[in-house]
Amino acid sequence: MNTVVCIKQVPDTETKVKVHPQRPALDPEGVKWVISPYDELAIEAALRMKEKMGGTVTVVSMGPQRVEETLRTALAMGADSAVHIKEDLDVDAITVARILAKAIQGLPRDLVLVGKQAIDDDSGQVGPALGEFLGVPSVGIATKLEVAADKKSAKVSRQIEGAEENLEIPLPAVLSVQKGLNGIHEPRYPTLPNIMKAKSKPLKAQALKDLGLKPEETAPRTQVAEMALPPPRKAGKLIEYETPQEAAQKLLTLLREEAKLLQI
Amino acid sequence: MSDIWVVAEVRDGAVKRTTLECLGKARELAGAAGGKTGAVLIGPEGLAKTLGAHGAQRVFVADDPRLKNYGAEAYAAIVSGLVAQHKPGAVLAGATSYGKDLLPRVAARTGAGLATDCTDLQWKDGKLVALRPVYAGKARTTVTFTTPIQMATLRPNAVPVPPANPGAAPETVKVPVQVDDNALKTIVKETAKTATGGAIELTEASIICSGGRGMKDPANFKIIHDLAAELGAAVGASRAVVDAGWKPHSFQVGQTGKTVSPNIYIASGISGAIQHLAGMSSSKCIVAINKDPNAPIFKVADYGIVGDLFQIVPALTEEARKLKAKG
Ligand SMILES: Cc1cc2nc3c(=O)[nH]c(=O)nc-3n(C[C@H](O)[C@H](O)[C@H](O)COP(=O)(O)OP(=O)(O)OC[C@H]3O[C@@H](n4cnc5c(N)ncnc54)[C@H](O)[C@@H]3O)c2cc1C
Ligand SMILES: Nc1ncnc2c1ncn2[C@@H]1O[C@H](COP(=O)(O)O)[C@@H](O)[C@H]1O
Repeated sequence: MNTVVCIKQVPDTETKVKVHPQRPALDPEGVKWVISPYDELAIEAALRMKEKMGGTVTVVSMGPQRVEETLRTALAMGADSAVHIKEDLDVDAITVARILAKAIQGLPRDLVLVGKQAIDDDSGQVGPALGEFLGVPSVGIATKLEVAADKKSAKVSRQIEGAEENLEIPLPAVLSVQKGLNGIHEPRYPTLPNIMKAKSKPLKAQALKDLGLKPEETAPRTQVAEMALPPPRKAGKLIEYETPQEAAQKLLTLLREEAKLLQI
Repeated sequence: MSDIWVVAEVRDGAVKRTTLECLGKARELAGAAGGKTGAVLIGPEGLAKTLGAHGAQRVFVADDPRLKNYGAEAYAAIVSGLVAQHKPGAVLAGATSYGKDLLPRVAARTGAGLATDCTDLQWKDGKLVALRPVYAGKARTTVTFTTPIQMATLRPNAVPVPPANPGAAPETVKVPVQVDDNALKTIVKETAKTATGGAIELTEASIICSGGRGMKDPANFKIIHDLAAELGAAVGASRAVVDAGWKPHSFQVGQTGKTVSPNIYIASGISGAIQHLAGMSSSKCIVAINKDPNAPIFKVADYGIVGDLFQIVPALTEEARKLKAKG
């Protein structure tokens, strides 16, 4: 089973977001960079498949120099090789998918895994768009994956509102990974010996121009014109009360008459 | 003159509420753009009337038994074909598992730009402008488009459903369904309701009652479910609850769970960690019930009750029940 996993480097979830003083973007000052949590789970899923069925795991990431560290982490988790599209491009997710598709095309792959969404832009577009550009099926928000022994098809479930959709798809395909896929809730941590081993694993850097895309294919389709922090929430009222019953009555009255959001 | 379209979502034989929300927004945008509103309906023709009543002036209907269940490739082929032929200025869909899966494929295929999970949309200087949160709500962005066709998914509950006009008769256009066999291979085989099935979906709920580690034990969640039932609310949870195995991940609210923006979010026994706040701080009104007056959740709560949730939550259920009985 040969799997390609697309991973994105994002700010740690603890990050207090600040807006860049000059541009409508995140101020990277002091940010700790990590692998997007869903992508870590995708790596874990790929490694488990490799352990069961053999084959390779290749990780691919586009981003500036610092992304190399993220790719090394993935290699230390157990991936076999890495591709770094070393480009600090400010483009929309569909354009990212187009670039990734080019980079992935030549790689051995029965399956491409991406995260359900990157936790910085929360866009969730790369998976389905990648399916489109590679001309293969895509399944979004996958919770179950069972590859047939001949690796030609897979049974997949995906999460929808209040239910799960089951389907059977031909491979190769693209899957976007939801937390809990095949019961996976945590990624493995790289061990020290594996961190050492990762240093000699192949990591190939490519520039955008090496991929042979036309300029119009890498032109952004959307642009972030403004970025702002949400208006700070005012700390509201603390309800004074003697009995739980009184607290409840006061709260319901406030919700009905002051906030006017409750109709019962 | 730009037409504004909505891709309708059909579940269990009915049009979803998010589709009606999108139609309301489409009407507003079409007014500003000087165009018409359109809807793409992959499903029973009878539903065109509902779409018309909610503002669609023209409904493209692809009614085919092979497409009864969703299939990303087959559906994308139909919508893309119509978009390429008629070139609407903008195409909207609900930011549900359906819209989120379908529109990126359609956008990739038609060369459109796409903004997902938007909280509002405007029409300015002949272009679509999208407002969307990023970093799970820690920041907000205004997104502009460089492409002639512009697409967006609109977060459920972000905009109201305007009153319907049941008499409206939309023009219906039947679309011949030509899908290749490969695309038909990836049609969904079956839909299985999950344990939470039938309950109100978190991302679509207008009220959410969430419980955190302060619930102490999974069985105690009964009091949250009781309150939710009384208020017509969905039930959510913090990650601590999910990690402890008390609730499946589909309940999780936060940066690595669901981002929600209900009218009312009631957090019981949740401390208010940054990752949790990220997922719910765009709620219109936040209520916090926590025994620790210094819990960070109180810094964002509109109404706070410092106290024991095991006393307050059942009291709330009881008082809500009494209010309802009074009518
Ligand atoms: C990468 C990453 C991603 C994460 N993503 C998420 C996410 O998506 N969503 C999320 O929620 N968290 C997320 N977290 C975890 C987050 O940091 C917190 O650990 C978590 O939100 C804490 O959950 P809690 O508030 O239920 O528990 P606690 O922080 O333990 O709080 C329990 C609260 O209950 C109160 N309490 C106890 N007993 C009672 C009682 N009888 N009556 C009233 N109040 C009581 C306590 O005062 C306390 O404030 C993430 C963490 C990481 C590292
Ligand atoms: N720059 C990138 N490099 C590699 N993979 C990416 C990149 N951006 C997004 N992805 C993948 O696409 C998924 C969804 O991203 P998004 O559509 O941006 O939310 C991520 O979880 C990654 O798996």
